[in-house]
Amino acid sequence: MSEAILGHETHRDDFGSKLGMWLFLVTEILLFSGLFITYSYLRAKYPADFHHAGGLLDVRIGVANTFILLTSSLTMVLSLVAIQRNDRMKSLLFLGSTVLLGAAFLVNKGLEWSAKIHHGIYPNSPHLGTFPPGEQVFFGLYYTMTGLHGIHVVAGIGVLTWIFVRLARGRINQENYVLLENGGLYWHLVDVVWIFLLPLFYLAA
Amino acid sequence: MAMPVSNPMSESPTSVSHPAEQHPGYGIFITVWIVLLILTTGLVLLSRLGQTPAVWGLLTLTPLKASLVFYFFMHLKYEGTLLKAVVVVALGTLLIFFALLFSDVAFR
Repeated sequence: MSEAILGHETHRDDFGSKLGMWLFLVTEILLFSGLFITYSYLRAKYPADFHHAGGLLDVRIGVANTFILLTSSLTMVLSLVAIQRNDRMKSLLFLGSTVLLGAAFLVNKGLEWSAKIHHGIYPNSPHLGTFPPGEQVFFGLYYTMTGLHGIHVVAGIGVLTWIFVRLARGRINQENYVLLENGGLYWHLVDVVWIFLLPLFYLAA
Repeated sequence: MAMPVSNPMSESPTSVSHPAEQHPGYGIFITVWIVLLILTTGLVLLSRLGQTPAVWGLLTLTPLKASLVFYFFMHLKYEGTLLKAVVVVALGTLLIFFALLFSDVAFR
């Protein structure tokens, strides 16, 4: 029922909202964990192939993207601090920076994937078929895990953009910012997943 | 952060007034970010030293970085026992899965 029908202010449960978000994040952690376990098993099975295949990835792009995501996590949490201090302009600035850094991450990732595809390294490609089995598995995992992570980045950018609009309109404010907090929790988890992807793929060699 | 008081039976507003709470400032998060950048650089340098240091870096620095993000950026430091327990149970379950996998692989 709407607020007007009830004739009083809407009930809000910030803790319940955050608990729900954390439960969702737990399912996300376990989703990625399945892939991390798969990676661990296959790396133990093909250590030399993983070592060699990791050398075909550009460490500089992986590290640059790590710095980008870590910085975006910082701007995300600073956006929350700003709104807690009732500084909406600063909060918008930090949140906008987070979205832009997320976009920069995707551009880097797109360039990296394009280069790999240009060199014939993509799932089921004839060139990749000539690689040893362990290297084929490595690149299968690389595309699956970084691709799934990339989808989460895209979703995060979408959610944060929506939150940005609500923040700009004053719907998120010093009194009511749990949406910004929950959006931030999701974004930080995306960052955590990448923290693990960096050493698994780019530093594997 | 303190757990908000909610009373679904009440006719009056039950939303929580955040400004009354004490929130961390900008400084602590900037410090954590600098530490994260340093740890990332350390991880890359370790991986240059060889396979064994790289694996140790993966097993130590990476979880440490993730913990810093969970604890500070995701505000677990400021949350109550229930939210912390949710995360600990999930990560504990994950550790059990890893232990089962590697015990299976080791004795094959």
